[in-house]
Amino acid sequence: MKNTKEMKAKKIEEAVFKVIMIFSSSLILFVLGLIIYSIFEKGLRSLSWEMITQTPKGGYYYGKEGGVLNAILGSLYLGIGSTVLAMIIGIPVALFMNIYLIKRKRMLNFIRYLLDLIWGVPSIVYGAFGFTLMVFFGIKTSLMAGIITVTLFILPIMIRGIDEVLKTVPIGLIETGLSLGSTKTETSFRIVLKQCYSGVVTAVLLSFGRAIGDAASVLFTAGYTDNIPTGLSEPVATLPLSIFFQLSSPVPEVQQRAYSSAVILTVLILMISLSSRALSKRYHKNRIS
Amino acid sequence: MESKTKIKIDNLNLFIGKQQILKNINLEIPENKLTVIIGPSGCGKTTLLKCLNRLTDLYPDVKINGSIIIDNEDVLHTSTDVIDIRKKMGLLGQRPYPLPMNIYNNVAYGLKISGRRNKNALDQRVKTYLQTVSLWDEVKDRLREPASKLSIGQQQRLCLARGLAVDPEIILADEPTSALDPISSEAIEKKFVELKQNYTIVMVTHVLRQARRIADYVVFMYLGEVIEHGPAEEVFSNPKMERTKNYLAGAFN
Repeated sequence: MKNTKEMKAKKIEEAVFKVIMIFSSSLILFVLGLIIYSIFEKGLRSLSWEMITQTPKGGYYYGKEGGVLNAILGSLYLGIGSTVLAMIIGIPVALFMNIYLIKRKRMLNFIRYLLDLIWGVPSIVYGAFGFTLMVFFGIKTSLMAGIITVTLFILPIMIRGIDEVLKTVPIGLIETGLSLGSTKTETSFRIVLKQCYSGVVTAVLLSFGRAIGDAASVLFTAGYTDNIPTGLSEPVATLPLSIFFQLSSPVPEVQQRAYSSAVILTVLILMISLSSRALSKRYHKNRIS
Repeated sequence: MESKTKIKIDNLNLFIGKQQILKNINLEIPENKLTVIIGPSGCGKTTLLKCLNRLTDLYPDVKINGSIIIDNEDVLHTSTDVIDIRKKMGLLGQRPYPLPMNIYNNVAYGLKISGRRNKNALDQRVKTYLQTVSLWDEVKDRLREPASKLSIGQQQRLCLARGLAVDPEIILADEPTSALDPISSEAIEKKFVELKQNYTIVMVTHVLRQARRIADYVVFMYLGEVIEHGPAEEVFSNPKMERTKNYLAGAFN
């Protein structure tokens, strides 16, 4: 008798959790769909060829003419620049943690804790920090200052992202590499990174998304301009900021253009994400389970 | 028939934290013989094996003293080049870990990192070692496929070929057949018996029948100590120590 009661309770539990899971998943999908729908619904109306091929005419605040090419290029320069810089610093750090510090468990936990802590720092704080540095060194708002600030901002995200992937590498694989006579560096780059290729790509993409989508960290550091940047020492426009400025304009047509900029930003991220995923598939097949 | 000593272990102690894993190990492992280390789980067999090529370096909080002499060189000494030591030994683990690359590159990996890049020479050696482990006929048409596509038994033979390709003198094997089906296990065992002509093989196993089948020299370990060691026939037919007798009789596992 008791047995059947328990069985019944388990079945109810199972059903309830299934409903909760399905509900939560649909809610997420619904919200995501709604965001994309509202951006595209409003944005496509004023999206034109001009938008993506011309620089603004009549100022970013009031201008209804021209496009946001300055911000598209600026965002790409800034996003790619800081992602590449963060990779150059971040991948070695993550490898160092997982191959060289593998026996220093307590130190590792401490580093992870610190990284998680600075991950939580809001991007405006990075912006303010970058600005303080710029004032100290007498640097003006520029692509360079923006890249450095955004790199600082995405580094903890990238390092912890790659770190979580590298943590899944079986110790046996590292032992295998070493016992074949490879140095730790060879084991890191020729074996461990190959094994984790797709995960590392995901972590890098996540960081790129944060880099290209963040407005607060570039507000004081990269500045804004209607011109296409021609050098590292010049200010650059970015899409998030152009959305911000356009949305705060009193002119409805300019407000409308903010949604077009959002569409461009979304499509940009989507394109880069899709192409890198296709790239990472090539290596995924070699992964050992 | 007496044979030369390849590995000489003297007063080896290993601690992890405060726990002593290996206690005062003294052993001489004969050259070109198949030495089998037996003993119940958790007795330190694997740790002893990993000391030999210093994979114990990866353990947290590890302290080792004593010496392991291979060709007049102390493996444990800090001035010893650990890369050289490891190139002298091939390691076969409990489960196969193929490298995340294709079959060809798995075998060629060790050669490539040693700076050998001549395409024809590499091709030749890859073929030779795949033939040595009787895998060539099964994979010759799909050398560019990922190694992870092979069956576990094939993967283990691939790992053996990969280990042999770097020209080691010693093969270390840590329960190399424990994850394999009976047919693949037999294939590995047969290979070992062939290979001992040219290599010193040290194998850890907890399968007594396997040890009886192939061992030349047996080491029995219990709770971190070497209880008894000697030629296989002697230890199996006439064990001197009470605990060895009990273990061989299946009193504990």
